Amino acid sequence: MNNALIDYILHLADTNLILAQRNAAWCGHGPILEQDIAITNISLDLLGQSRNFYQYAATLIGNDATEDSLAYLRTEREFKNCLLAEQPNGDWAQTVLRQFFFSAYLFLLYEKLQNNKDEQIAAIAAKALKEVTYHQRWSSEWVVRLGDGTEESHQRMLHAIDELWRYTGELFIAADYETAAGFDIALLKEDWMKKVTAVFEEAALPVPENVFMQTGGKTGIHTEHLGFILTELQYLQRTYPNAEW
Amino acid sequence: MVTASNISTQTIWKILEQVPDPEVPVLTIADLGIIRDVKLNGDEVEVVITPTYTGCPAMDMIAMNIRMALIENGYSKIKITSVLSPAWTTDWMSEAGKIKLKEYGIAAPDKRFTIPADGIECPLCNSTNTRLISEFGSTACKALYQCNDCKEPFDFFKCH
Repeated sequence: MNNALIDYILHLADTNLILAQRNAAWCGHGPILEQDIAITNISLDLLGQSRNFYQYAATLIGNDATEDSLAYLRTEREFKNCLLAEQPNGDWAQTVLRQFFFSAYLFLLYEKLQNNKDEQIAAIAAKALKEVTYHQRWSSEWVVRLGDGTEESHQRMLHAIDELWRYTGELFIAADYETAAGFDIALLKEDWMKKVTAVFEEAALPVPENVFMQTGGKTGIHTEHLGFILTELQYLQRTYPNAEW
Repeated sequence: MVTASNISTQTIWKILEQVPDPEVPVLTIADLGIIRDVKLNGDEVEVVITPTYTGCPAMDMIAMNIRMALIENGYSKIKITSVLSPAWTTDWMSEAGKIKLKEYGIAAPDKRFTIPADGIECPLCNSTNTRLISEFGSTACKALYQCNDCKEPFDFFKCH
């Protein structure tokens, strides 16, 4: 069994699942109906992508593993999501900025992975790329709208950058298992920075420099937030094992 | 009871062509282009489907509806497989399907608008004086629009 491949697929699945769960918390709370629908649509796409990865990981793991057991019955230290995904929603500015950072990242990542030598990873990535293209457009527009909007919206974006920037470095620092990607994830950083810089420029926002970058999520060392997310996400299966509906 | 000797993939296709999409019931799953293949493995019928959007919650229901339709027609050994590659595209939607969509009040995918923008033809009054309200609509596959002339809000089935 190829452990690096399984860990890598779980890492992709976990990042999408946790981000989907965060975005889903906006359901019924979006600033206006259309944007409530947009953020939950994005959440649904991410959830679908995570399901594809979990289903694939489950077939490789065997031993009765299922997409559900992988999502609902693993502990905090077993989750390999990037720290950025688990950061709190904060206000709308913080949510759209986190989504923009991820969409720009996933767009580049899936562009590469659609040619992965593993056919199933390639198929999932090719499919997901179409969806992420929409997410990237939507979230870039919001970063510009708020950054170059009112004094208050601008301040809120600055605050969001302060809160989130320190977690963006981890995206491009490979964990051991990322050899399964077939390319060096650090190579995506330049194009990601180009995209972020272009959007920030249009949004009249500064690109931070020399910020300490927090890492750990990819190897299971999380911020305090993940435990709370899993407590809610896994509540039903933990309280009523094997419950189905 | 249907036996192996009298099954043909053509009759299976005819049955599948009657199965409606749960989200847009005016379309059949054949119109949507999500049936990739029909195979006969002895007396087992295998239907290969592909999801429209990865998170589309209708896929489980579609698989169940396919199973029900085949059972109603006397088939008992049924296998439904989902494949992702090549990724589904609105190019696979039938022309008949596009006409049905418009009659239902949903603007059909239009190749000139791969990115949703103002100017999609209103399915009610045919005006192109319309505006995009949101790239995300009532389901993953649709965007929300409003007609500036007849004022009616409508869905646009996104090119994908």
